[in-house]
Amino acid sequence: MDFTFNETQEQIRESVARICADFGDDYWLERDREGGFPDDFAKAIAQAGWLGVALPEAYGGAGLGVTEAAILVQTIAQSGAGFSGASAVHINIFGLNPVAVHGTEAQKKAWLPPMIAGKERACFGVTEPNAGLDTSRIQTRAQRQGDRYIVNGQKIWTSTAQSAQKILLLARTAPVETTPNPLNGLSLFYTDLDRKRVTVKEIEKMGRKAVDSNMVFIDNLEVPVEHRIGEEGKGFRYILEGFNPERILIAAEAIGLGRAALRRAATYAKERVVFGRPIGQNQAIQHPLAACWAELEAANLMAFKAAALYDAGQPCGAEANAAKYLAAEAGYKACETAVMVHGGMGYAKEYHVERYFREILIARLAPVSRELILSFLAEKVLDLPKSY
Amino acid sequence: MKVLVAVKRVVDYNVKIRVKSDNTGVETANVKMSMNPFDEIGVEEAVRLKEAGKATEIVAVSMGPQACQETIRTALAMGADRGILVLTDAELQPLAVAKILKVLCDKEQPGLVILGKQAIDDDCNQTGQMLAALLDWPQATFASKLELGVSDARVTREIDGGLETITVTLPAVLTTDLRLNEPRYASLPNIMKAKKKPIDTVDPASLGVDVAPRLSTLKVNEPAKRQAGVKVATVADLVAKLKTEAKVI
Repeated sequence: MDFTFNETQEQIRESVARICADFGDDYWLERDREGGFPDDFAKAIAQAGWLGVALPEAYGGAGLGVTEAAILVQTIAQSGAGFSGASAVHINIFGLNPVAVHGTEAQKKAWLPPMIAGKERACFGVTEPNAGLDTSRIQTRAQRQGDRYIVNGQKIWTSTAQSAQKILLLARTAPVETTPNPLNGLSLFYTDLDRKRVTVKEIEKMGRKAVDSNMVFIDNLEVPVEHRIGEEGKGFRYILEGFNPERILIAAEAIGLGRAALRRAATYAKERVVFGRPIGQNQAIQHPLAACWAELEAANLMAFKAAALYDAGQPCGAEANAAKYLAAEAGYKACETAVMVHGGMGYAKEYHVERYFREILIARLAPVSRELILSFLAEKVLDLPKSY
Repeated sequence: MKVLVAVKRVVDYNVKIRVKSDNTGVETANVKMSMNPFDEIGVEEAVRLKEAGKATEIVAVSMGPQACQETIRTALAMGADRGILVLTDAELQPLAVAKILKVLCDKEQPGLVILGKQAIDDDCNQTGQMLAALLDWPQATFASKLELGVSDARVTREIDGGLETITVTLPAVLTTDLRLNEPRYASLPNIMKAKKKPIDTVDPASLGVDVAPRLSTLKVNEPAKRQAGVKVATVADLVAKLKTEAKVI
């Protein structure tokens, strides 16, 4: 059992950290106040080739695994960029995996290089307001008319749709009534986000103001057949393959942000002198911080174990879900503790931890709730009756 | 022209240095290590020479334990073409390093050797100068600007009085100062390319160099803790203290 990162992995952490060092806490504080996509940051990451980390070499990627992608997003979050930084590039790192795996040669050639180069940004049109976590119930319809599909429906929580040129879209190609298994009637498309047919409405939210989340209304969007990925009716299965890597990446990001919070808290605890001694000399301050460290690192082991399993082609559903659960809870605790250790100052924006605290909630809520993860683990690992 | 750059693995500049409990040296176990920042500037300068068509090949050399290979790999990811790892667990002092580099220069015949002006661990600032002496080549130390010609190089040096510009004939030894350039970050495609670049491993004995230390370290101590300052009540007090105690005005 080897818990060390290899030379390339260390180099990835180091090189990404250097890019992030150019975008300090004040940059992210400004983005959080003003909003607006962190274009210059996303550009810096794309220019150094990082978006292609897990995509095939033949199309401009590096052909590395989820482990390396997780190191990348974790380093971004850990720099203090948090989810504002990580989410700005996240979808582009693993989102197009269905294209890499199931796309035709022509599709891969047309879509992967511009995405890796940062010239085209994708958003992820899967979640719907009336389906929630029950993806099999999505209602957006894609009706075949000759050489194209006409798509109508609604998506929600679609991140980066304000500026994305492309959308990875899951839509129903066969009505629920005609498919005994509702999961079979869905198809996956990668197509232009034609703003004449698609209305994108931003959702005002608690944190991560820089990276927009949206409601997306699709009204007679025409999608050429060539924009369908793989076979008709198998879209959900293709998306499903990406669920585990997605959870691993979110876990890595949550741990990264938790570490950033812990770093700030420990620094403050050392410097802040009250009653003639640094508050960090008090065990009431020390112990919660030490516990946060232990919990973050334990979650990290699970996240990278899941990544290693995935990269080795092994099943990793339980581990990936457990990692996302553990990381979100540990990250949340670290961010909350960091605010508390700062006392009143923790509530002030200039100390950054309140921003971390607002952002870490994303990891607890998305892409799947902790309750559903626990139900899944109970069913799959403990062999209890399915509850959902 | 071939350029040889020396890259040393040192404790990362962000790490707070701790002295070992037995006072024999500084703690390097479980401490983040990286390339000496001045050497990074050296690699960057070499890569820029290559991009400008003035250098044809860049060889990165590091010395020490197997882990030094990572430092070489970083140089390769920045743009060096191949590496040489001089593998040894011995403590290497500047003279030993200079002797090894001398043998490698005899073998490789570079037109220019670039080193950091000093390493941020021992701050010796000796290796470049010693190497120039051993090779009997001209040296241009503390370089803040390099203009490379065909048979000579114009080098601007940072000295106490300001800037000094000298011309050295090639081959020469150059040591870098902080303001020579700003090193690039390794991009992912270059990290991937670096994995395939060759690194030769040799050892001091096979190069015929005796690396036995000529100096012995008696004791390493933490610097004395900084004493707390004093608070003054009025500006008049401050001025008085600056005059009588600090004697700066």
